[in-house]
Amino acid sequence: MLYREAGQFKTSYSADQQIFPILQDRYGYWVILAIFGVLVPMLASEYWLKAILIPVLIFSLAAIGLNILTGYAGQLSLGSAAFMAVGAFGAYNFMLRIDGLPFLVALILGGLAAAAVGVLFGLPSLRIKGFYLAVATLAAQFFIVWVLVKFPWFSNNASSGVITAQDVVILGYHFDGPQAKYVLTLGVVAALALAAKNLVRTATGRAWMAVRDMDVAAEVIGIRPMRAKLVAFAVSSFYCGVAGALYAYTYLGTVEPEGFNLDLSFKILFMIIIGGVGSIMGSFLGAAFIVLLPILLDNVVPAIFGNALGAGFASNLQLIVFGGLIIFFLIVEPHGLARLWQIGKEKLRLWPFPH
Amino acid sequence: MKFKRTLVLTGLLAAMAGPAAVLADEQFVGLPSYRVGAYASGGSGLFGGWIDYMQMINERDGGVGGVKITWEECETEYNNARGVECYERLKTKGQSGNTVFMPVSTGITYSVLEKAPQDKIPVVTIGYGRTDAADGRIFPWVFPMITTYWSQASGIINYIGTKEGGMDKLKGKKIALLYHDSAYGKESHAILDKLAAKHGFEVTKIAVAHPGNEQQSQWLQIRQQRPDYVILWGWGVMNPTALKSAAKTGFPREKMVGVWWSGAEEDTVPAGDAAKGFTAAGFNVAGSNYPVIQDIQKFVYGKNKGNMEDKSRVGSVYYNRGVVHGMITVEAIRKAQEKYGKGKAMNGEQMRWGFENLNLDDKRLASMGATGFMPPLKITCADHEGPGKVKFQQWDGTKWKVLTDWVDSDRALVRGMIEESAAAYAKEKGITPRDCSKEG
Repeated sequence: MLYREAGQFKTSYSADQQIFPILQDRYGYWVILAIFGVLVPMLASEYWLKAILIPVLIFSLAAIGLNILTGYAGQLSLGSAAFMAVGAFGAYNFMLRIDGLPFLVALILGGLAAAAVGVLFGLPSLRIKGFYLAVATLAAQFFIVWVLVKFPWFSNNASSGVITAQDVVILGYHFDGPQAKYVLTLGVVAALALAAKNLVRTATGRAWMAVRDMDVAAEVIGIRPMRAKLVAFAVSSFYCGVAGALYAYTYLGTVEPEGFNLDLSFKILFMIIIGGVGSIMGSFLGAAFIVLLPILLDNVVPAIFGNALGAGFASNLQLIVFGGLIIFFLIVEPHGLARLWQIGKEKLRLWPFPH
Repeated sequence: MKFKRTLVLTGLLAAMAGPAAVLADEQFVGLPSYRVGAYASGGSGLFGGWIDYMQMINERDGGVGGVKITWEECETEYNNARGVECYERLKTKGQSGNTVFMPVSTGITYSVLEKAPQDKIPVVTIGYGRTDAADGRIFPWVFPMITTYWSQASGIINYIGTKEGGMDKLKGKKIALLYHDSAYGKESHAILDKLAAKHGFEVTKIAVAHPGNEQQSQWLQIRQQRPDYVILWGWGVMNPTALKSAAKTGFPREKMVGVWWSGAEEDTVPAGDAAKGFTAAGFNVAGSNYPVIQDIQKFVYGKNKGNMEDKSRVGSVYYNRGVVHGMITVEAIRKAQEKYGKGKAMNGEQMRWGFENLNLDDKRLASMGATGFMPPLKITCADHEGPGKVKFQQWDGTKWKVLTDWVDSDRALVRGMIEESAAAYAKEKGITPRDCSKEG
């Protein structure tokens, strides 16, 4: 009843083409942004901001990156964590070697560095497809981490290859408290997510989807697959790179190349599978699911069973439940959480008079 | 009706009396443990030993100065992000928040290194972590205790030197370093290069990619070069594989020296007979014939309150390493109580003082029932490392046998490198070193 577009008439093309065609969605977007941008930093504890919300936002951004490549352009990639590493180490080196470089510029430069590397490793996608491409991006995963460990220049000759992020200062303001870091992360992620949402609706985005659905057909109607694929790799790696830089600067503070290992790449892949392949919204839902559920289980399992189970068994039980829930969700809704959200929305439109 | 009211009243009274009984001070220790994943075998032993020791102190002595120790585990899966989550979660738990953080993972150590001084929680990394944090003037909140990777590398070279009959005999010798290709493995490079230049031996560095269950080409290289010794700087499955490949190649295991993350039962038992004769360094020894372990058997396992699911692991290398973690935690609480009030729960700042003024001499170790179990440990404001000594143990096919007394490292050389590296960090971060003459 409340969620219905009856009476909302579109009188111009731009009104018809906007991202949220329904008025409630437009308001909802601003309400959600206001809640997370104003209310949450005021009310949430340091633990929630630092240990839960910031990583969820950062992983959402990385998931958007992978979703652009895999969900929209149909190129399977297992190198997301490596592109995050490029972004983190890139931003660090730009900050270190250029005096007085503004943080946001370093963030973008880090992302661009990741984009360049992404294009390089995207070249095989012109010839190989599907699982074979996944294996090719796997090479990126191992090669990039190896390079970062092998050449001490990247970590400024630190004895163990670890970098410590510089202080984040924008226009003289030091982002050191959890609230400030959270708001900064939210700002970057919200801006980039909006850009992504727009991007997938442009000619570029439609070219990606055409290539994804059938690349021969796409070529026949005049889309250049090479261009579309490489742009997808570049944009995707840019998003992952910015996520990696945020991971270093607003989340952990100190990162090592091994932190960006294959496990992390898989985790991001799971996020988009659970959240919804080919959905920006799904990237957020998937990231929240993958980050929050293990923490929830770690709190809930000991609370239910107490010390009745051995500590080792309790830890393993969490993994079992986590895996079980993933399988459950995939069986119930193979298109991910975003699809559930969509179904919910459809139902809400008809409520309370479904026909 | 009246009966019902009485019942409710009694219930209310009991509920009110309940919290009153808990008012006695308790010392909270947060445990970022890992019991699943690739390194679970090490984690379960280590955290088990640590918990058992604290349990024993509670059972035998009624806590430290009457303050019971409480703890809570948080599963990190040896994953940096999960470790940070655990750090933040444990931070506010307990009476005065978490008072010490020992992640038992170099990656997690780096991830919390910057946060700990702001939150006033000492980070104690026993046998891993950031080596140059041993300079307490620049890292007041970090304690890489007992010994660091650099001290260990130097200790191993000293051991090889004595085995050869003097350090001057090292000249012209060939030593191969078989290392885990990661930040952890690379910690060995700078120090071994310096030692090689000093003593005139030749060091060949051979990398093994993670996880290291395939080492054919590395051992082919070793066979070609015929080194006099192989230093095994491994972790996890890489260790038994190296031992098995050595046996296949015909390289004598007696000439292989492992680091402390290569020298546990978990490394040798899977290699079977191939491990016989292999020697490894350790800042704690294996064995259960120490009074401290026997007390744990008596007061904890005797009352069926033990943490280990497999009781036969009590007294293994990792388990005993956990006991060392427990002993250092408890002794820091004791030391802090001496200054800030007996019978009170200490906060993070007071605990930091306790760690910084820790002095476990032979007498104290003897009264703890741990003579020879770990080296005597004295921490100062400038030196957060302590003795930097290791013992060497040899695997005889069924158990670890202690070969040597505590072997010293080249303190002057290692300390020089630590100070140099810490100074570079201080410069990059704009930190002014503390003046240790002013610390009480």
